[in-house]
Amino acid sequence: MEKNFEPVIVGFLCNWCSYAGADLAGVSRMQYPPNLRVIRVMCSGRVEPSFILKAFQEGADGVLISGCHIGDCHYVDGNIKTLRRTPLIKTLLSQLGVEEERFKQTWISAAEGEKFAQVVKAMVEEIKRIGPFKKQAEEESDDFDDKAYGLMIEAAVTIEGGNIDG
Amino acid sequence: MAEKIKIAIYWAAGCGGCDVAILDTNEKILDIAEAADIVLWPIAMDYKYEDLYALEQGSIDVCLFNGAVRTSEQEEMAKALRSRSKIMVAFGACAAWGGIPALANLFEREEIFKSSYLDTQTTINPEKVIPLTKCKVPEGELTLPRFYNRVWTLNQVIDVDYYVPGCPPTPETIWTAIEAIVSGNLPPKGSVIGSLKSLCDTCPKEKTEKKITEFKRPYEVMIDPNKCLLEQGIICCGPVTRDGCGHRCINANMPCRGCYGPSEKVADQGAKLLSAIASIMDVKDEKGAQELAATWEDPAGTVYRFSLAKSLVFDYKKGGE
Ligand code: SF4
Ligand code: SF4
Ligand code: SF4
Ligand code: FES
Repeated sequence: MEKNFEPVIVGFLCNWCSYAGADLAGVSRMQYPPNLRVIRVMCSGRVEPSFILKAFQEGADGVLISGCHIGDCHYVDGNIKTLRRTPLIKTLLSQLGVEEERFKQTWISAAEGEKFAQVVKAMVEEIKRIGPFKKQAEEESDDFDDKAYGLMIEAAVTIEGGNIDG
Repeated sequence: MAEKIKIAIYWAAGCGGCDVAILDTNEKILDIAEAADIVLWPIAMDYKYEDLYALEQGSIDVCLFNGAVRTSEQEEMAKALRSRSKIMVAFGACAAWGGIPALANLFEREEIFKSSYLDTQTTINPEKVIPLTKCKVPEGELTLPRFYNRVWTLNQVIDVDYYVPGCPPTPETIWTAIEAIVSGNLPPKGSVIGSLKSLCDTCPKEKTEKKITEFKRPYEVMIDPNKCLLEQGIICCGPVTRDGCGHRCINANMPCRGCYGPSEKVADQGAKLLSAIASIMDVKDEKGAQELAATWEDPAGTVYRFSLAKSLVFDYKKGGE
């Protein structure tokens, strides 16, 4: 793993609660790592699943979505939309090979600056532990790891006529 | 028609169904032969690599390329055909978005080989032989193309001019594309030659905005043939899939699997479908959402059945960028 790896986390924060919560953490001079790239959205329900995938495509190491607590959404039920999407997105990402540490969805109110700082801190730590997000199958990995297959190569060579197409 | 256009038809990581679909245009195939000279078509005509390499750069008017790119040989052929063709068409779901072969991108190459050559019940392979790119045998060294770690779409490997949707494209879709090409009446480069609507837009089934309480597979439901399948709990890709197949599956009361690819303006077919499905889940709290989501087997394989290689997380050019 790279030394001094500083993960890039894209944070979609809803304008009315979580963004204000982040702001509070800032003005109260709470310490939290600078790894979050904040994108302010009007409502957490605006964050479509494709935004999350796009963030990973663009090189993010993690994605955080945060909205108002249930019942507090400025648009009444925008965060209900978020709540329905989250478990589906989690399954999808894990099937696509994106580790679960890389995606979090939370509810943070305008008064919860402290909680916001905690969430970011924990996420940065977890992602530092698992390392940078790697795109699947970059060119270099296209050759076989001969060690893993060493045994099989020998087997292939020793059988008569070398019937290698299995 | 003055001069006949020169067409090449090629296959890569596909099933051969796209080639058969061209033959399935029945008597229209004769019209195609009337309008075009087929210079290369492995399924129907004898040909060798040398025949392709002997053709000059730009000497093919149109190449209809079906199948995705999984091996080094397929990539080499795609590049050789690209440089010899004026118009390159990604023909069918595999070439356009990865298709069924790209579902293997949910697994690593090592897992695929292990499963195919060692673990399946029907495999007898006591020496544990798997294909290698190079292998010494008494007669000398044998080589095979490299099997890449993932499936690539055609446009992740070479520049593509047009796309023809479907797995396989219907005869009508094929004919529309060929007519557009022969007449030169083509949409802007990069377009899918097909409808601008989604399948839902033209679907005859009745929609009532009903929400769903359980995800079901078709065999688990007594399907009401008049009602929207999605509203009966069966995942249907109609909301995000391009119209144009004539509702082949819907008419048989089977949900759309998405083979016509993302509809116009949908960047990521799977992500968009996930979002559409979330919006009709009948739940109001986190626990309910988790429980309902858990009744859905294999979301990735369902929403990306034909377009996994184009999921945004997988969509980049081979070799960087
Ligand atoms: S698009 Fe479908 S019919 Fe065409 S090659 Fe791929 S799997 Fe076969
Ligand atoms: S979801 Fe499927 S069944 Fe329902 S209207 Fe759309 S295409 Fe028709
Ligand atoms: S209904 Fe869907 S899966 Fe079936 S042929 Fe049409 S586009 Fe393809
Ligand atoms: S406005 Fe904050 S989640 Fe909707």
